[in-house]
Amino acid sequence: MLPMRQIADHKRVAELVDRLAEQIERQVSRRSEPGGLALVGIRSRGDVLAERLAQRLQPDHVGSLDITLYRDDLSEIGPQPVVRTSDIPFGLDGLNVVLVDDVLMTGRSVRAALQSLMDLGRPRRVWLAVLVDRGGRELPIAPDCVALDLRPEAGDEAAAIQPGERVEVHLKPTDPTDQIVVR
Amino acid sequence: MEYRWPHRHLLGLEELSAQDIRFLLRTALGFEDVSTRSVKKVPALRGRVVVNLFFEDSTRTRASFNLAASRLSADVLDFSGKGSSVSKGETLRDTARNIEAMGVDVIVCRHHLSGAAYQLARSVNCSVVNAGDGQHEHPTQGLLDIYTIARRFRRDEDFDLTGLTVAIVGDIAHSRVARSNIYGLTKLGAKVVLVGPPTLLPGGFRDMGCELSHNLDEVLPRVDVINMLRIQFERLTSQAFPSVREYAALFGLTRQRMKLARRDALVMHPGPLNRGIEIDSAVADGPQSAILQQVSHGLAVRMATLYLVTGVRS
Repeated sequence: MLPMRQIADHKRVAELVDRLAEQIERQVSRRSEPGGLALVGIRSRGDVLAERLAQRLQPDHVGSLDITLYRDDLSEIGPQPVVRTSDIPFGLDGLNVVLVDDVLMTGRSVRAALQSLMDLGRPRRVWLAVLVDRGGRELPIAPDCVALDLRPEAGDEAAAIQPGERVEVHLKPTDPTDQIVVR
Repeated sequence: MEYRWPHRHLLGLEELSAQDIRFLLRTALGFEDVSTRSVKKVPALRGRVVVNLFFEDSTRTRASFNLAASRLSADVLDFSGKGSSVSKGETLRDTARNIEAMGVDVIVCRHHLSGAAYQLARSVNCSVVNAGDGQHEHPTQGLLDIYTIARRFRRDEDFDLTGLTVAIVGDIAHSRVARSNIYGLTKLGAKVVLVGPPTLLPGGFRDMGCELSHNLDEVLPRVDVINMLRIQFERLTSQAFPSVREYAALFGLTRQRMKLARRDALVMHPGPLNRGIEIDSAVADGPQSAILQQVSHGLAVRMATLYLVTGVRS
């Protein structure tokens, strides 16, 4: 087991989720877009996060997206990752979609999620909301809403994440407790 | 240790563990909704090549593998044994190695000889999926039958079939579908009752953990699933039964006979149907029939198969 340090306990996680919800609210209302609002979480933490945000934001739809079949590393040698089901029981055409994920790093999951969304329909607009941005982008992808910015360039040197470290968001009921840890 | 799918080939259900079968079927669940979306395609096997190498007639299996590969964005090459160099005397091994030299990732093979897929897997470096070898196995048909049963009886959380009884009826001796079903069903905990005339139901099947019966009317009231096999006129060499009419009278699933079965019993058939022989139209098209679901589930199961075998390298 690798050494693990906690950077947010369950109270802090609750604050961060609130902060993210507020940002999304501002982002969406500022534009007073026509069409309904949908929160779509990327499995397997973004979907739990989307459900939490939905309790506050009351969107028209909530869904979850499994991006396994859209990953860009499937042709690399190695066993195939586990495929789960996507759960988007509504048409995406013309909707304003907030794509929700727990941690943003390389941007590859987001790229896969965008391609998957486009195969399901034609959303009117897509925003990206993440709980943590830890930096390390490999693709030109930028979030619209971030609750906790841990990129070195964000200025908080004490909190900054080293390149070899992994940021994990734990959320109930998938995990036993709400917290953010670094290992 | 987290489970990893370990098989580069899918040759039969005999060599799969219960855990392998459950993992493949769970993967198929993830593929089922691809067929209901506006864009019925995912990029998972983009740039890969799947070859259908069929030495025996087939419509639905071939079409199903073809569509499964297309929906995974693989390139598909259709290769028929008939009217090709095979009829000029080329061996299976040479044919396969020539095809492999074109840069192929998966060969899906159907052959009239039992064990052909195994021989193929030994001669090539790419993945081999058995789409039916003689009277031996037809693993994807077995898997899609089990998937259909699990979906209907809400066992698709864990794919544990304990407590379910499945009757497989007809020409068991010549049936690769029966063999794959028996291996898979018993591994997942189901009870299997084989029903047919003594000439088509050798006693050796008892050793595979099945109950044997020659009386369909006695079996019907106590089973959850009735899987009717096709009478394979092309494989029956000697006189297995006196007449087709007699066979239909004793082992055909008629509307009258269905009254003996449970109201929630599921009727299945791997197709193509001999209507009026092993199954009546009223039953095949009736409310308890899952025959068309089997076909659509076959697509998801074959997508899962192609996806999983291509992830394993030698």
